[in-house]
Amino acid sequence: MKVIEIQDALNLKVLGGEEGLQKDILGGYTSDLLSDVMGHAEQGYIWITLQTHKNVMAVASLKELAAVVLIKNNVPDEDMLEQANEEGIPVLVTNLSAFDISGKLFNLLTK
Amino acid sequence: MNFNYSVEGGNFSKAGTASSQFKKVLKQLNVDPITIKRIVVALYEAEVNIVAHAWEGKIDIEVDMEKVYINLADKGPGIADINQAMKPGFSTASPSVREMGFGAGMGLMNIKNNVDSLHISSEVGKGTELEMTINLSSIISK
Ligand SMILES: Nc1ncnc2c1ncn2[C@@H]1O[C@H](COP(=O)(O)OP(=O)(O)OP(=O)(O)O)[C@@H](O)[C@H]1O
Ligand SMILES: [Mg+2]
Repeated sequence: MKVIEIQDALNLKVLGGEEGLQKDILGGYTSDLLSDVMGHAEQGYIWITLQTHKNVMAVASLKELAAVVLIKNNVPDEDMLEQANEEGIPVLVTNLSAFDISGKLFNLLTK
Repeated sequence: MNFNYSVEGGNFSKAGTASSQFKKVLKQLNVDPITIKRIVVALYEAEVNIVAHAWEGKIDIEVDMEKVYINLADKGPGIADINQAMKPGFSTASPSVREMGFGAGMGLMNIKNNVDSLHISSEVGKGTELEMTINLSSIISK
């Protein structure tokens, strides 16, 4: 499934990194700890988190993640979005909690 | 081939810059993707540890046909008990650093899990030195 299909199905708002919307999602990981994501997420994963700073994009780029989803309408720092645009990694936002959005994503991705 | 980077302690807006630059080098050198991933995880964690825990540091990397050798030397508080620091979950990160999602105490474990050899030496009040090697042939020969 592509990022753009998930954005559409789950009503996510795209905040940056539009260039990467056609990327394929190969799995997902939900965590607010950067070392946890560094150690356990895989290339092509979509990352669900409440973190809103630039280091999120550094991790997403180094791990070649497909996209980042911010929960509960969290607002990213400006430099996070700048880097998302530079890297072409989409940053999306939902009004749902980590639990709810992870559940919906899980259902979509394992269908 | 040698590559050198410097790291500023406390400056989280630049954390990961060296790792991202060296990742580009590895791609240009045509290192296989799995090995690149391992190197990038280990290097990023070690780089961020300098940012989070030390005052300043230098990264020196040597690449040859067989291996990538990475030396990270910092000036900083040092590590009093290296065995304790290696334990998953152990962290001395400040509350503000934890709020950013660092300080889970997982970084050194991530390093250990992704390198072929790791050596840490440290002097309290002076600094810490990490040496790690990733064999370039290890994946191919397995
Ligand atoms: N370069 C360093 N200088 C001083 N102390 C260090 C250094 N690297 C690691 N440490 C010490 O070892 C502890 C464990 O490091 P580790 O990378 O495993 O976890 P962390 O950095 O606290 O959290 P995380 O890496 O999960 O964000 C640190 O909290 C710190 O006390
Ligand atoms: Mg660490």
